[in-house]
Order: sequence, then structure tokens, then C-alpha cells
Amino acid sequence: MTMRTPLARVRGFGSARSGTEHFWRQRLTAIANALLTLGGVILMISLTGRTYPGVRQILGSPLIAVLMLLFVLSITVHMKIGMQVIIEDYVHEEKQKLTLLVLNTFYAVAIGLACAYAILKLSFGV
Amino acid sequence: MAETKAPAQRPLSPHLQIYRPMLTMMMSIVHRITGAALYFGTLIVAWWLLAAAAGQNAYGVFEGFATSWVGRVVLFGYTWALLHHMLGGIRHFVWDLGYGFGPEEREWLVRANLVGSIALTVLLWLCFAMFGMR
Repeated sequence: MTMRTPLARVRGFGSARSGTEHFWRQRLTAIANALLTLGGVILMISLTGRTYPGVRQILGSPLIAVLMLLFVLSITVHMKIGMQVIIEDYVHEEKQKLTLLVLNTFYAVAIGLACAYAILKLSFGV
Repeated sequence: MAETKAPAQRPLSPHLQIYRPMLTMMMSIVHRITGAALYFGTLIVAWWLLAAAAGQNAYGVFEGFATSWVGRVVLFGYTWALLHHMLGGIRHFVWDLGYGFGPEEREWLVRANLVGSIALTVLLWLCFAMFGMR
């Protein structure tokens, strides 16, 4: 039986009572990022010194394309959550905070989609 | 809803002004800074992929940037930030599992983080230099 007054419950101050999902997602994408970055580094080394047709062929191959799509998805989610925490930590003026949070989400989605588009375009060879 | 009138000016206890900077503190904020830098650095990754998808000319422009003096510095910084943030993430993961909180352990972890990121970055760029010679 809660001892809060009705006004206190309506005001809703106190703990947010949520955040586990973000905590878990950040760890999950972190693990994926670590593994995929390792692969990405190896990819980068193997692409050094190659001409454009060679680069295009490698980036368009199925395994590389799928791994890169996974990489883009993982880093996009991870960076969006991370920047959100930074914004919430330092920006307290309501209008500025909301604007930045919206821009953060838009940026993450736009970058993710742009990269995914490029990878698919390379894969389908158009 | 946040209050719209100016918040009351109450005194805060000093923190940055009095706390002696320790490596653990520095590494913590550097982890955040490298994260933010990588956030914006993703634009370079997107540029590279879009240029590769667009064609020879567009890719040539990117290559021009990547091999230029400025470009190499930026990419070097980006790779260091990436490796440093990754090792920092592993450090946080060790803590999440409950290990590494002791006084010597945490000092070791931050030092390994910093030394590791510098060593791996140098190693990586040596690989780039070697493979670029083909």
C-alpha cells in the first residue's frame, strides 16, 4: 500500500522506473560493435592499396555486405543511446533538450539508412 | 514538467575545483569524449560507403581526402578514438560483471586501456602502411 499522496503520484517526481532496456541495449550493441569492429579493421587492412573496382567488388560481396549492415545497425543504435545520455546529462533547459534529443534520433536514423542504402547499392550492383 | 522560471541560485559543493585529477577520472571523461567524436566521425564512414556506391569519380574525391595530410590526421584520430572507446567498453563490461573494482585493479584497467589503444592504433597504421605498398 503506497503512502504517497495523490498529488505526489500525479507530479511523478522520483525515479523514472525505466532504463533497463537502454542499459541492456547499450551492452548488447557494445558486444556486437567490438566483434564487428574487429572484422571491420581486418576489412580495412585488406582494402588498403586496392583500386576502385577491387574495393567495389569486395564491399559488394554477400558476406561482407551482411556484416557491414549488421555493423551499421549496431553502431547506429549504440551511438543514438550514447548521445542521448550525454544530452540528458548536460542540457537542462527544456526546449533545448527536446530539440537536441529529436535531432539526435534523426541523425542516427539518417546516417544508418544512408549507410545501409550504400551497402545495398554496392551489393545489387546498380 | 520542468519549471520555466529561473531556478533558485543555491551554492554547489566544489568538485572539479578541488578534486585532484586521477587517471581513472580522466579516462572516464575521455571515454565519453571519444564516444561523441565517433558519433560525428560516423559521417566519414557514411561518406566512404556512399562514395563507393556512387562511382569512380565520387570515390576518387574520397580517396583524395583520405590520402591528404589533413585526411590522414583525421583518420588516425578516428581509429585511435575507435580503439580507445572499444577498450574502454571492455573495461566497463569487466565492471558490469563485477570484477576489477579493487584499487590496484582499476588502476591497471585504465592503464591497459590507454596503453592498449595507443599500441593498437600504431600497429594498425603500420599494417595500413605495409599493405598500402602493394
